[in-house]
Amino acid sequence: MILIIDLNEIKNSLYYYEYVKPITDLIKDYKVVHYKDLNKLHIKKVKKIILTGTSLKDIGYLDHYKDFSWIRTTQKPILGICAGMQMIGKIFNAKIIKKTEIGLTTLNQFNSHALFNNINNAYSLHNLAITKPKDFDVYLKSKTCIHAVKHKNKEIYGVLFHPEVLNKGLIINFAQ
Amino acid sequence: MILGVLFSGGKDSLYATYLASKNEKIGCLITIESENKESYMFHTPNIHLTKIQAKALNLPLITVKTKGKKEAELNDLKKAIKLAIKKHKIQGIVTGTLTSIYQSSRIQKICNDLKIYCFNPLWQKNQLELLNELVKNKFKIIITQIAAEGFTKEWLGKKINKETIEKLKVLNKKYGTNLSGDDGGYESLVLDGPLFKTRINIKKYNIITLGKFNGIYNIEAIE
Repeated sequence: MILIIDLNEIKNSLYYYEYVKPITDLIKDYKVVHYKDLNKLHIKKVKKIILTGTSLKDIGYLDHYKDFSWIRTTQKPILGICAGMQMIGKIFNAKIIKKTEIGLTTLNQFNSHALFNNINNAYSLHNLAITKPKDFDVYLKSKTCIHAVKHKNKEIYGVLFHPEVLNKGLIINFAQ
Repeated sequence: MILGVLFSGGKDSLYATYLASKNEKIGCLITIESENKESYMFHTPNIHLTKIQAKALNLPLITVKTKGKKEAELNDLKKAIKLAIKKHKIQGIVTGTLTSIYQSSRIQKICNDLKIYCFNPLWQKNQLELLNELVKNKFKIIITQIAAEGFTKEWLGKKINKETIEKLKVLNKKYGTNLSGDDGGYESLVLDGPLFKTRINIKKYNIITLGKFNGIYNIEAIE
């Protein structure tokens, strides 16, 4: 089972349809939990974890980064999407920086990984990005910022773009 | 939260309105009347009927005209949204966008500039699921424009129901036609539904044929 952690500020808001459902539509066996309801048992019971993206205006999740300290210690594979990548970055002491990209974005590959190969275009929707976290490698970049990272020794992945729009295969491959 | 809906009168914007109304208050509808019939941004056939739909929904309507020049038409959209913020105190916009990055990114940029929320509850939604939900929730929808291979003039005025959905699936299999018409293959008009206070009945219409698979169901009178 895949645990999908909803990072949108308000539980069961209209944003569920936009940032959570497109991910659940790609995965057969999943459970969605809002980040404010997350506990250790949720993490223990699942195989992998996805942290969702949020809207441009919704950055409230960053105020709760201390509730995500488990990201450092869990052995479960994690995929952070947009806000999720920013959270991973925050936990691993990257800086959160202001970078706005909205719409179709051209990406360049810097390293090879099965999850990130052949991704030349993606859909972006962010006002924030991260610097390279220590112990992570960079895989994809736009002209403006880092778009895909992976921890050197763990299966922790972060993508700044929204793969549920143009790169659904990435989510499907991660979930397998 | 008070929201304004970018409203074309078609099934997608109506369904988005319906979903939004479950969580938030709908402050107004916003329609952009484009003179450009080829507009990528704004749905055009029978757009004049949004006034009647707004009355049937008992919701205020803001209408702004645009010449429909690519990119310049976005200034008119921004103007309309600013008017909605001033007049109806909206804090965000709702759209019925399904897959168009062209439309979605432009509206997101405007909302980002104006520092308001942007909700797209149909974003990336499975198209068959959308059509089935519309029928299940008793939306009365007709097809008002066709512009894709396989759509003969018999499709104009056709209601979207279980039978039509099966026929759309056949077209999809044979020609790759988009089930929801999101790519411009067809446009629709909603005559009744869960938010409607009164039903719209068509009194007079004519068919305008523009090509073998291209035509408009032009509504001339409503009762």
